[in-house]
Amino acid sequence: MNTAIRIRNLNLYIHNHHILKNINVEIPANKLTVIIGPSGCGKTTLLKALNRLTDLSPDIDISGQIFIGEEDILHTNRDITEIRKQMGLLAQRPFPLPMSIFKNVAFGLKIGGRRNKNILAKRVEYYLKEVNLWDEVKDRLHQPASRLSIGQQQRLCLARGLAVDPKIILADEPTSALDPISTQAIEQKFAELKKNYTIVMVTHILRQARQIADYIIFMHMGEVVEHGPAEQVLNNPKEEKTKMYLQGVFY
Amino acid sequence: MNRRRIEEIIFRTLMFLATMLMGGVLILILIAIFRNGLPSLTWEMLTQPPKGGYYFGREGGIANAILGSLYLSLGAVALALIIALPVALFLNIHMKNYERWVNIIRFLMDTLWGIPSIVYGAFAFMIMIALGMKASLLAGIVTVALFILPIMIRSMDEVIRGVPDGLLEAGLSLGANRTEVAFLIFIRQCSTGFVTAILLALGRAIGDAAAVIFTAGFSDRIPTSIHQPAATLPLAIFFQLNSPIEEVKNRAYASAVVLTFLVLIISILSRYLSKKLKNH
Repeated sequence: MNTAIRIRNLNLYIHNHHILKNINVEIPANKLTVIIGPSGCGKTTLLKALNRLTDLSPDIDISGQIFIGEEDILHTNRDITEIRKQMGLLAQRPFPLPMSIFKNVAFGLKIGGRRNKNILAKRVEYYLKEVNLWDEVKDRLHQPASRLSIGQQQRLCLARGLAVDPKIILADEPTSALDPISTQAIEQKFAELKKNYTIVMVTHILRQARQIADYIIFMHMGEVVEHGPAEQVLNNPKEEKTKMYLQGVFY
Repeated sequence: MNRRRIEEIIFRTLMFLATMLMGGVLILILIAIFRNGLPSLTWEMLTQPPKGGYYFGREGGIANAILGSLYLSLGAVALALIIALPVALFLNIHMKNYERWVNIIRFLMDTLWGIPSIVYGAFAFMIMIALGMKASLLAGIVTVALFILPIMIRSMDEVIRGVPDGLLEAGLSLGANRTEVAFLIFIRQCSTGFVTAILLALGRAIGDAAAVIFTAGFSDRIPTSIHQPAATLPLAIFFQLNSPIEEVKNRAYASAVVLTFLVLIISILSRYLSKKLKNH
Protein backbone atom coordinates (compact mmCIF):
# COMPACT_ATOMS: atom_id res chain seq x y z
CA MET A 1 0.00 0.00 0.00
CA ASN A 2 1.29 3.38 -1.02
CA THR A 3 0.86 5.90 1.79
CA ALA A 4 -0.06 9.51 1.03
CA ILE A 5 -0.58 10.82 4.54
CA ARG A 6 0.87 9.47 7.74
CA ILE A 7 -0.48 10.76 11.04
CA ARG A 8 1.63 10.12 14.13
CA ASN A 9 0.56 10.71 17.74
CA LEU A 10 -1.69 13.60 16.80
CA ASN A 11 -3.27 15.32 19.77
CA LEU A 12 -5.34 18.43 19.48
CA TYR A 13 -6.91 20.61 22.16
CA ILE A 14 -9.22 23.58 21.69
CA HIS A 15 -9.91 25.68 24.79
CA ASN A 16 -8.41 22.76 26.76
CA HIS A 17 -10.94 20.30 25.35
CA HIS A 18 -9.24 17.20 24.06
CA ILE A 19 -10.67 17.04 20.54
CA LEU A 20 -8.30 14.58 18.84
CA LYS A 21 -6.82 11.86 21.01
CA ASN A 22 -3.54 10.32 19.98
CA ILE A 23 -4.38 9.67 16.35
CA ASN A 24 -2.15 7.24 14.47
CA VAL A 25 -3.33 6.43 11.02
CA GLU A 26 -2.15 6.03 7.46
CA ILE A 27 -4.11 7.23 4.48
CA PRO A 28 -3.41 5.34 1.25
CA ALA A 29 -2.49 7.18 -1.94
CA ASN A 30 -4.86 7.22 -4.92
CA LYS A 31 -7.67 5.75 -2.90
CA LEU A 32 -10.86 7.16 -1.52
CA THR A 33 -10.62 7.21 2.24
CA VAL A 34 -13.78 7.92 4.17
CA ILE A 35 -13.82 9.13 7.75
CA ILE A 36 -17.05 8.09 9.47
CA GLY A 37 -18.33 8.51 12.97
CA PRO A 38 -21.05 10.17 15.02
CA SER A 39 -21.34 13.98 15.07
CA GLY A 40 -18.88 15.74 17.29
CA CYS A 41 -16.34 12.92 17.13
CA GLY A 42 -13.63 15.10 15.58
CA LYS A 43 -13.95 14.03 11.93
CA THR A 44 -13.98 17.55 10.56
CA THR A 45 -11.23 18.72 12.90
CA LEU A 46 -9.00 15.88 11.73
CA LEU A 47 -9.69 16.79 8.12
CA LYS A 48 -8.91 20.45 8.74
CA ALA A 49 -5.72 19.60 10.57
CA LEU A 50 -4.47 17.97 7.35
CA ASN A 51 -4.78 21.34 5.63
CA ARG A 52 -3.67 23.32 8.69
CA LEU A 53 -6.97 25.19 8.64
CA THR A 54 -6.95 24.46 12.36
CA ASP A 55 -4.49 27.38 12.51
CA LEU A 56 -7.54 29.61 12.36
CA SER A 57 -9.01 28.45 15.66
CA PRO A 58 -8.11 30.46 18.72
CA ASP A 59 -6.69 28.69 21.76
CA ILE A 60 -5.58 25.64 19.86
CA ASP A 61 -2.86 23.31 21.03
CA ILE A 62 -1.67 20.68 18.59
CA SER A 63 1.10 18.10 18.90
CA GLY A 64 2.32 15.12 16.92
CA GLN A 65 3.16 14.80 13.27
CA ILE A 66 1.35 14.76 9.97
CA PHE A 67 3.55 13.55 7.14
CA ILE A 68 2.56 14.32 3.59
CA GLY A 69 5.17 12.50 1.59
CA GLU A 70 8.33 13.04 3.62
CA GLU A 71 7.35 16.40 5.02
CA ASP A 72 5.86 16.96 8.48
CA ILE A 73 3.43 19.76 7.70
CA LEU A 74 2.94 20.67 11.34
CA HIS A 75 6.64 21.47 11.75
CA THR A 76 7.76 22.72 8.39
CA ASN A 77 9.57 25.88 7.43
CA ARG A 78 7.83 25.97 4.10
CA ASP A 79 5.20 28.62 3.45
CA ILE A 80 1.81 27.36 4.61
CA THR A 81 0.15 28.50 1.37
CA GLU A 82 2.38 26.07 -0.55
CA ILE A 83 1.21 23.21 1.64
CA ARG A 84 -2.46 24.14 1.30
CA LYS A 85 -2.09 24.32 -2.46
CA GLN A 86 -1.33 20.58 -2.52
CA MET A 87 -4.79 19.98 -1.10
CA GLY A 88 -8.12 20.98 -2.52
CA LEU A 89 -10.93 21.49 -0.04
CA LEU A 90 -14.61 20.84 -0.61
CA ALA A 91 -16.73 22.12 2.26
CA GLN A 92 -20.14 21.09 3.59
CA ARG A 93 -21.77 23.70 1.49
CA PRO A 94 -20.29 25.55 -1.45
CA PHE A 95 -18.64 28.89 -0.88
CA PRO A 96 -18.30 30.44 -4.31
CA LEU A 97 -15.95 33.42 -4.35
CA PRO A 98 -17.81 36.71 -4.91
CA MET A 99 -16.86 36.92 -8.58
CA SER A 100 -17.72 35.40 -11.94
CA ILE A 101 -17.75 31.68 -12.70
CA PHE A 102 -14.64 32.10 -14.83
CA LYS A 103 -12.77 34.04 -12.16
CA ASN A 104 -13.66 31.45 -9.53
CA VAL A 105 -11.78 28.78 -11.41
CA ALA A 106 -9.00 31.15 -12.49
CA PHE A 107 -8.49 32.49 -8.95
CA GLY A 108 -6.01 29.88 -7.76
CA LEU A 109 -4.14 30.00 -11.06
CA LYS A 110 -3.82 33.78 -10.93
CA ILE A 111 -2.66 33.70 -7.32
CA GLY A 112 -0.05 31.19 -8.44
CA GLY A 113 1.20 33.74 -10.95
CA ARG A 114 -0.32 32.42 -14.17
CA ARG A 115 -1.76 35.41 -15.98
CA ASN A 116 -1.59 34.53 -19.68
CA LYS A 117 -5.17 34.96 -20.86
CA ASN A 118 -5.17 32.13 -23.41
CA ILE A 119 -3.73 29.65 -20.97
CA LEU A 120 -6.17 30.73 -18.28
CA ALA A 121 -9.14 30.34 -20.63
CA LYS A 122 -8.01 26.85 -21.63
CA ARG A 123 -7.42 25.79 -18.05
CA VAL A 124 -10.78 27.08 -16.90
CA GLU A 125 -12.51 25.20 -19.71
CA TYR A 126 -10.56 22.05 -18.93
CA TYR A 127 -11.47 22.00 -15.25
CA LEU A 128 -15.09 22.94 -15.82
CA LYS A 129 -15.32 19.98 -18.20
CA GLU A 130 -13.57 17.82 -15.64
CA VAL A 131 -16.49 18.34 -13.24
CA ASN A 132 -19.16 18.16 -15.99
CA LEU A 133 -20.14 21.78 -15.54
CA TRP A 134 -18.88 23.25 -18.81
CA ASP A 135 -22.00 22.60 -20.89
CA GLU A 136 -24.20 24.19 -18.27
CA VAL A 137 -22.18 27.40 -17.87
CA LYS A 138 -20.22 27.96 -21.08
CA ASP A 139 -22.58 30.74 -22.19
CA ARG A 140 -22.47 32.63 -18.92
CA LEU A 141 -18.91 32.31 -17.72
CA HIS A 142 -18.81 35.95 -16.75
CA GLN A 143 -21.92 35.94 -14.62
CA PRO A 144 -21.62 35.84 -10.83
CA ALA A 145 -21.04 32.34 -9.50
CA SER A 146 -23.65 32.98 -6.84
CA ARG A 147 -26.39 32.66 -9.47
CA LEU A 148 -25.67 28.97 -10.00
CA SER A 149 -27.70 26.33 -8.19
CA ILE A 150 -26.19 24.84 -5.04
CA GLY A 151 -25.28 21.62 -6.86
CA GLN A 152 -23.59 23.57 -9.65
CA GLN A 153 -21.80 25.73 -7.12
CA GLN A 154 -20.39 22.66 -5.38
CA ARG A 155 -19.10 21.32 -8.68
CA LEU A 156 -17.63 24.76 -9.39
CA CYS A 157 -15.86 24.62 -6.04
CA LEU A 158 -14.45 21.23 -6.99
CA ALA A 159 -13.25 22.59 -10.35
CA ARG A 160 -11.67 25.59 -8.64
CA GLY A 161 -9.89 23.28 -6.19
CA LEU A 162 -8.64 20.99 -8.96
CA ALA A 163 -7.33 23.95 -10.93
CA VAL A 164 -4.52 24.58 -8.46
CA ASP A 165 -3.32 21.07 -9.24
CA PRO A 166 -3.45 19.45 -5.80
CA LYS A 167 -2.36 15.91 -4.97
CA ILE A 168 -4.99 15.44 -2.31
CA ILE A 169 -8.68 16.32 -2.15
CA LEU A 170 -10.19 16.92 1.27
CA ALA A 171 -13.97 16.81 1.36
CA ASP A 172 -16.04 17.61 4.43
CA GLU A 173 -19.50 16.10 3.93
CA PRO A 174 -19.45 17.55 0.42
CA THR A 175 -22.93 16.36 -0.47
CA SER A 176 -24.81 17.22 2.71
CA ALA A 177 -26.39 20.35 1.20
CA LEU A 178 -27.06 18.83 -2.21
CA ASP A 179 -30.05 17.25 -3.91
CA PRO A 180 -29.84 13.54 -4.83
CA ILE A 181 -28.81 14.15 -8.45
CA SER A 182 -26.00 16.55 -7.55
CA THR A 183 -24.93 14.14 -4.81
CA GLN A 184 -24.64 11.36 -7.34
CA ALA A 185 -22.67 13.61 -9.69
CA ILE A 186 -20.12 14.37 -6.96
CA GLU A 187 -19.87 10.72 -5.89
CA GLN A 188 -19.30 9.58 -9.47
CA LYS A 189 -16.72 12.27 -9.97
CA PHE A 190 -14.84 11.18 -6.87
CA ALA A 191 -14.79 7.60 -8.11
CA GLU A 192 -13.11 8.82 -11.31
CA LEU A 193 -10.79 11.31 -9.62
CA LYS A 194 -9.20 8.82 -7.26
CA LYS A 195 -7.10 7.52 -10.14
CA ASN A 196 -5.12 10.73 -10.01
CA TYR A 197 -5.77 12.06 -6.54
CA THR A 198 -5.80 10.89 -2.97
CA ILE A 199 -9.25 11.67 -1.63
CA VAL A 200 -10.16 12.01 2.03
CA MET A 201 -13.83 12.47 2.68
CA VAL A 202 -15.78 12.98 5.87
CA THR A 203 -19.33 11.73 5.87
CA HIS A 204 -22.00 10.66 8.28
CA ILE A 205 -23.99 8.90 5.60
CA LEU A 206 -23.24 5.19 5.85
CA ARG A 207 -24.76 4.49 2.44
CA GLN A 208 -22.25 6.86 0.89
CA ALA A 209 -19.38 5.22 2.73
CA ARG A 210 -20.48 1.75 1.61
CA GLN A 211 -20.84 2.89 -1.96
CA ILE A 212 -17.60 4.70 -2.62
CA ALA A 213 -15.06 4.07 0.14
CA ASP A 214 -11.86 2.09 -0.47
CA TYR A 215 -10.57 2.68 2.99
CA ILE A 216 -12.41 3.59 6.16
CA ILE A 217 -11.44 5.40 9.33
CA PHE A 218 -14.02 5.12 12.09
CA MET A 219 -13.82 7.75 14.81
CA HIS A 220 -15.59 8.04 18.10
CA MET A 221 -15.12 10.67 20.83
CA GLY A 222 -11.91 11.98 19.31
CA GLU A 223 -10.28 8.60 18.88
CA VAL A 224 -9.72 6.45 15.85
CA VAL A 225 -11.48 3.26 16.85
CA GLU A 226 -10.78 1.26 13.75
CA HIS A 227 -9.36 1.75 10.31
CA GLY A 228 -8.74 -0.47 7.35
CA PRO A 229 -9.96 -1.46 3.90
CA ALA A 230 -13.65 -0.62 3.48
CA GLU A 231 -14.89 -4.19 3.09
CA GLN A 232 -13.15 -5.32 6.21
CA VAL A 233 -14.33 -2.47 8.43
CA LEU A 234 -17.89 -2.46 7.09
CA ASN A 235 -18.46 -6.20 6.92
CA ASN A 236 -16.20 -7.62 9.60
CA PRO A 237 -15.56 -4.90 12.13
CA LYS A 238 -13.20 -5.94 14.91
CA GLU A 239 -14.23 -3.41 17.50
CA GLU A 240 -17.46 -3.47 19.43
CA LYS A 241 -18.03 0.27 18.95
CA THR A 242 -17.75 -0.03 15.20
CA LYS A 243 -20.31 -2.82 15.17
CA MET A 244 -22.70 -0.74 17.23
CA TYR A 245 -22.27 2.28 14.97
CA LEU A 246 -22.85 0.21 11.84
CA GLN A 247 -25.99 -1.26 13.35
CA GLY A 248 -27.25 2.24 14.05
CA VAL A 249 -27.11 1.97 17.83
CA PHE A 250 -25.65 5.50 17.99
CA TYR A 251 -25.16 8.19 15.39
CA MET B 1 -59.68 35.56 25.13
CA ASN B 2 -56.72 33.74 26.56
CA ARG B 3 -53.63 35.37 28.06
CA ARG B 4 -51.32 34.84 25.11
CA ARG B 5 -53.77 36.48 22.76
CA ILE B 6 -54.06 39.54 25.04
CA GLU B 7 -50.28 39.76 25.33
CA GLU B 8 -50.02 39.65 21.58
CA ILE B 9 -52.46 42.55 21.22
CA ILE B 10 -50.74 44.65 23.89
CA PHE B 11 -47.28 44.22 22.44
CA ARG B 12 -48.48 44.73 18.93
CA THR B 13 -50.09 48.01 19.97
CA LEU B 14 -46.96 49.12 21.84
CA MET B 15 -44.75 48.36 18.85
CA PHE B 16 -47.13 50.15 16.54
CA LEU B 17 -47.22 53.23 18.80
CA ALA B 18 -43.43 53.30 19.08
CA THR B 19 -43.16 53.15 15.29
CA MET B 20 -45.70 55.94 14.87
CA LEU B 21 -43.92 58.07 17.47
CA MET B 22 -40.64 57.63 15.66
CA GLY B 23 -42.14 58.43 12.27
CA GLY B 24 -44.08 61.36 13.77
CA VAL B 25 -40.95 62.99 15.20
CA LEU B 26 -39.22 62.71 11.86
CA ILE B 27 -42.15 64.27 10.03
CA LEU B 28 -42.41 67.09 12.60
CA ILE B 29 -38.73 67.94 12.19
CA LEU B 30 -39.11 68.03 8.43
CA ILE B 31 -42.25 70.22 8.64
CA ALA B 32 -40.50 72.63 11.03
CA ILE B 33 -37.45 73.19 8.88
CA PHE B 34 -39.39 73.28 5.63
CA ARG B 35 -42.01 75.74 6.88
CA ASN B 36 -39.48 78.16 8.27
CA GLY B 37 -36.77 77.54 5.74
CA LEU B 38 -38.33 77.08 2.30
CA PRO B 39 -39.58 80.70 1.91
CA SER B 40 -36.05 81.99 2.57
CA LEU B 41 -34.36 79.46 0.33
CA THR B 42 -33.24 81.24 -2.82
CA TRP B 43 -30.92 80.40 -5.66
CA GLU B 44 -28.66 83.17 -4.46
CA MET B 45 -28.36 81.53 -1.09
CA LEU B 46 -27.12 78.28 -2.64
CA THR B 47 -24.64 79.83 -5.02
CA GLN B 48 -23.21 82.89 -3.26
CA PRO B 49 -20.90 83.17 -0.29
CA PRO B 50 -22.02 85.71 2.34
CA LYS B 51 -21.55 89.33 1.32
CA GLY B 52 -21.12 92.26 3.68
CA GLY B 53 -24.16 92.48 5.88
CA TYR B 54 -25.40 88.94 5.11
CA TYR B 55 -25.68 88.20 8.79
CA PHE B 56 -27.89 91.30 9.17
CA GLY B 57 -30.32 90.02 6.61
CA ARG B 58 -28.78 91.45 3.42
CA GLU B 59 -27.60 89.68 0.28
CA GLY B 60 -25.29 86.72 -0.02
CA GLY B 61 -25.62 83.00 0.65
CA ILE B 62 -24.15 79.93 2.27
CA ALA B 63 -22.18 78.48 -0.65
CA ASN B 64 -19.10 78.68 1.56
CA ALA B 65 -20.69 76.39 4.13
CA ILE B 66 -22.16 73.97 1.58
CA LEU B 67 -18.83 73.47 -0.13
CA GLY B 68 -16.97 73.55 3.17
CA SER B 69 -19.16 70.78 4.56
CA LEU B 70 -18.74 68.67 1.43
CA TYR B 71 -14.96 69.10 1.32
CA LEU B 72 -14.67 68.40 5.00
CA SER B 73 -16.89 65.33 5.21
CA LEU B 74 -15.70 63.75 1.98
CA GLY B 75 -12.08 64.39 2.94
CA ALA B 76 -12.61 62.96 6.40
CA VAL B 77 -14.42 59.88 5.08
CA ALA B 78 -11.68 59.25 2.51
CA LEU B 79 -8.99 59.57 5.17
CA ALA B 80 -10.88 57.40 7.65
CA LEU B 81 -11.56 54.75 4.97
CA ILE B 82 -7.86 54.37 4.19
CA ILE B 83 -7.30 53.48 7.84
CA ALA B 84 -10.55 51.70 8.73
CA LEU B 85 -10.62 49.18 5.88
CA PRO B 86 -7.25 47.54 6.61
CA VAL B 87 -7.95 47.57 10.35
CA ALA B 88 -11.33 45.85 9.98
CA LEU B 89 -9.90 43.23 7.61
CA PHE B 90 -6.82 42.63 9.75
CA LEU B 91 -8.87 42.13 12.92
CA ASN B 92 -11.08 39.51 11.30
CA ILE B 93 -8.70 37.67 9.02
CA HIS B 94 -5.12 37.92 10.24
CA MET B 95 -6.10 38.05 13.92
CA LYS B 96 -8.61 35.22 13.52
CA ASN B 97 -6.82 33.03 16.04
CA TYR B 98 -6.30 35.81 18.60
CA GLU B 99 -9.93 36.21 19.60
CA ARG B 100 -9.15 37.65 23.01
CA TRP B 101 -7.06 40.52 21.64
CA VAL B 102 -9.61 41.29 18.98
CA ASN B 103 -12.33 41.53 21.61
CA ILE B 104 -10.24 43.97 23.64
CA ILE B 105 -9.74 46.10 20.53
CA ARG B 106 -13.46 45.96 19.82
CA PHE B 107 -14.20 47.12 23.34
CA LEU B 108 -11.79 50.06 22.95
CA MET B 109 -13.39 51.00 19.63
CA ASP B 110 -16.84 50.94 21.20
CA THR B 111 -15.59 53.23 23.95
CA LEU B 112 -14.14 55.63 21.38
CA TRP B 113 -17.44 55.51 19.50
CA GLY B 114 -19.21 56.75 22.61
CA ILE B 115 -16.96 59.75 23.22
CA PRO B 116 -18.73 63.00 22.23
CA SER B 117 -17.29 64.77 19.22
CA ILE B 118 -16.56 67.94 21.21
CA VAL B 119 -13.92 65.94 23.08
CA TYR B 120 -12.26 65.07 19.77
CA GLY B 121 -12.47 68.75 18.86
CA ALA B 122 -10.89 69.85 22.12
CA PHE B 123 -8.20 67.18 21.83
CA ALA B 124 -7.30 68.20 18.28
CA PHE B 125 -7.36 71.87 19.29
CA MET B 126 -4.83 71.14 22.03
CA ILE B 127 -2.52 69.45 19.55
CA MET B 128 -2.95 72.31 17.08
CA ILE B 129 -1.90 74.83 19.71
CA ALA B 130 1.10 72.70 20.64
CA LEU B 131 2.11 72.57 16.98
CA GLY B 132 1.35 76.24 16.39
CA MET B 133 -1.23 75.45 13.70
CA LYS B 134 -4.16 77.66 12.84
CA ALA B 135 -7.69 76.44 12.23
CA SER B 136 -7.88 75.00 8.72
CA LEU B 137 -9.79 72.62 6.49
CA LEU B 138 -6.97 70.09 6.95
CA ALA B 139 -7.17 70.21 10.74
CA GLY B 140 -10.94 69.81 10.49
CA ILE B 141 -10.62 66.83 8.16
CA VAL B 142 -8.16 65.09 10.46
CA THR B 143 -10.33 65.72 13.52
CA VAL B 144 -13.52 64.48 11.89
CA ALA B 145 -11.64 61.47 10.49
CA LEU B 146 -10.50 60.59 14.02
CA PHE B 147 -14.00 60.91 15.30
CA ILE B 148 -15.63 58.74 12.61
CA LEU B 149 -12.84 56.13 12.59
CA PRO B 150 -14.27 53.94 15.37
CA ILE B 151 -17.71 54.16 13.77
CA MET B 152 -16.37 53.03 10.43
CA ILE B 153 -14.10 50.31 11.81
CA ARG B 154 -16.75 48.78 14.00
CA SER B 155 -19.46 48.80 11.37
CA MET B 156 -17.10 47.24 8.81
CA ASP B 157 -15.98 44.80 11.47
CA GLU B 158 -19.57 43.68 12.02
CA VAL B 159 -20.06 43.22 8.28
CA ILE B 160 -16.96 41.04 7.99
CA ARG B 161 -17.91 39.03 11.08
CA GLY B 162 -21.10 38.07 9.27
CA VAL B 163 -19.15 36.29 6.53
CA PRO B 164 -19.07 32.53 7.14
CA ASP B 165 -15.67 31.03 8.00
CA GLY B 166 -16.02 28.78 4.98
CA LEU B 167 -15.14 31.62 2.63
CA LEU B 168 -11.85 32.28 4.42
CA GLU B 169 -11.11 28.55 4.43
CA ALA B 170 -11.98 28.31 0.73
CA GLY B 171 -9.61 31.15 -0.13
CA LEU B 172 -6.77 29.73 1.95
CA SER B 173 -7.26 26.26 0.47
CA LEU B 174 -6.71 27.70 -2.99
CA GLY B 175 -3.25 28.77 -1.90
CA ALA B 176 -4.01 32.41 -1.19
CA ASN B 177 -2.43 33.99 1.86
CA ARG B 178 -4.51 35.92 4.32
CA THR B 179 -3.81 39.31 2.76
CA GLU B 180 -4.90 38.05 -0.65
CA VAL B 181 -8.05 36.60 0.87
CA ALA B 182 -8.72 39.97 2.54
CA PHE B 183 -8.25 42.18 -0.49
CA LEU B 184 -9.31 39.90 -3.34
CA ILE B 185 -12.24 38.10 -1.73
CA PHE B 186 -13.53 39.81 1.40
CA ILE B 187 -13.69 43.35 0.03
CA ARG B 188 -15.89 42.12 -2.81
CA GLN B 189 -17.97 39.95 -0.53
CA CYS B 190 -18.60 42.82 1.88
CA SER B 191 -18.87 45.69 -0.59
CA THR B 192 -22.55 46.42 0.05
CA GLY B 193 -22.06 46.36 3.80
CA PHE B 194 -19.01 48.57 3.47
CA VAL B 195 -21.02 51.15 1.53
CA THR B 196 -23.48 51.26 4.41
CA ALA B 197 -20.62 51.69 6.89
CA ILE B 198 -19.19 54.55 4.84
CA LEU B 199 -22.61 56.14 4.58
CA LEU B 200 -23.10 55.94 8.33
CA ALA B 201 -19.75 57.64 8.89
CA LEU B 202 -20.48 60.26 6.25
CA GLY B 203 -23.77 61.09 7.92
CA ARG B 204 -22.01 61.67 11.21
CA ALA B 205 -19.25 63.67 9.55
CA ILE B 206 -21.47 66.05 7.62
CA GLY B 207 -23.87 66.71 10.48
CA ASP B 208 -21.37 67.28 13.24
CA ALA B 209 -20.52 70.79 14.40
CA ALA B 210 -18.67 70.24 17.64
CA ALA B 211 -15.59 68.51 16.23
CA VAL B 212 -14.90 71.30 13.78
CA ILE B 213 -15.78 74.43 15.74
CA PHE B 214 -12.18 74.92 16.94
CA THR B 215 -10.34 73.01 14.28
CA ALA B 216 -11.79 74.02 10.92
CA GLY B 217 -12.66 77.54 12.00
CA PHE B 218 -15.24 79.48 10.04
CA SER B 219 -14.84 81.63 7.00
CA ASP B 220 -17.07 83.58 4.65
CA ARG B 221 -14.87 82.59 1.76
CA ILE B 222 -14.89 79.31 -0.10
CA PRO B 223 -11.61 77.60 0.77
CA THR B 224 -9.18 77.23 -2.10
CA SER B 225 -6.61 75.20 -0.18
CA ILE B 226 -6.69 72.77 2.71
CA HIS B 227 -4.68 75.23 4.81
CA GLN B 228 -7.45 77.80 4.84
CA PRO B 229 -10.24 77.79 7.39
CA ALA B 230 -13.59 76.53 6.14
CA ALA B 231 -17.21 77.03 7.08
CA THR B 232 -19.56 74.10 7.60
CA LEU B 233 -23.34 73.88 7.40
CA PRO B 234 -24.01 72.87 11.01
CA LEU B 235 -21.98 75.87 12.22
CA ALA B 236 -23.67 78.15 9.69
CA ILE B 237 -27.04 77.03 11.07
CA PHE B 238 -25.81 77.60 14.62
CA PHE B 239 -24.56 81.14 13.96
CA GLN B 240 -27.60 82.25 11.99
CA LEU B 241 -30.02 80.81 14.50
CA ASN B 242 -28.38 82.93 17.21
CA SER B 243 -29.23 86.10 15.36
CA PRO B 244 -32.00 88.34 16.73
CA ILE B 245 -33.05 89.19 13.18
CA GLU B 246 -36.03 87.16 11.96
CA GLU B 247 -34.86 86.91 8.35
CA VAL B 248 -31.46 85.51 9.41
CA LYS B 249 -33.16 82.98 11.66
CA ASN B 250 -35.24 81.78 8.75
CA ARG B 251 -32.08 81.42 6.71
CA ALA B 252 -30.83 79.04 9.41
CA TYR B 253 -33.84 76.84 8.68
CA ALA B 254 -33.16 77.16 4.96
CA SER B 255 -29.60 75.98 5.64
CA ALA B 256 -31.04 73.03 7.54
CA VAL B 257 -33.14 72.16 4.48
CA VAL B 258 -29.97 72.20 2.38
CA LEU B 259 -28.14 69.96 4.86
CA THR B 260 -31.07 67.53 4.96
CA PHE B 261 -31.11 67.34 1.17
CA LEU B 262 -27.36 66.77 1.01
CA VAL B 263 -27.72 63.82 3.38
CA LEU B 264 -30.66 62.53 1.36
CA ILE B 265 -28.78 62.74 -1.94
CA ILE B 266 -25.72 61.02 -0.49
CA SER B 267 -27.89 58.29 0.91
CA ILE B 268 -29.76 57.68 -2.34
CA LEU B 269 -26.51 57.63 -4.30
CA SER B 270 -24.96 55.14 -1.90
CA ARG B 271 -27.93 52.84 -2.04
CA TYR B 272 -27.87 52.93 -5.80
CA LEU B 273 -24.16 52.18 -5.72
CA SER B 274 -24.50 49.29 -3.31
CA LYS B 275 -27.27 47.78 -5.41
CA LYS B 276 -25.01 47.94 -8.45
CA LEU B 277 -22.22 46.28 -6.50
CA LYS B 278 -24.52 43.51 -5.34
CA ASN B 279 -25.14 42.40 -8.90
CA HIS B 280 -21.49 41.45 -9.30
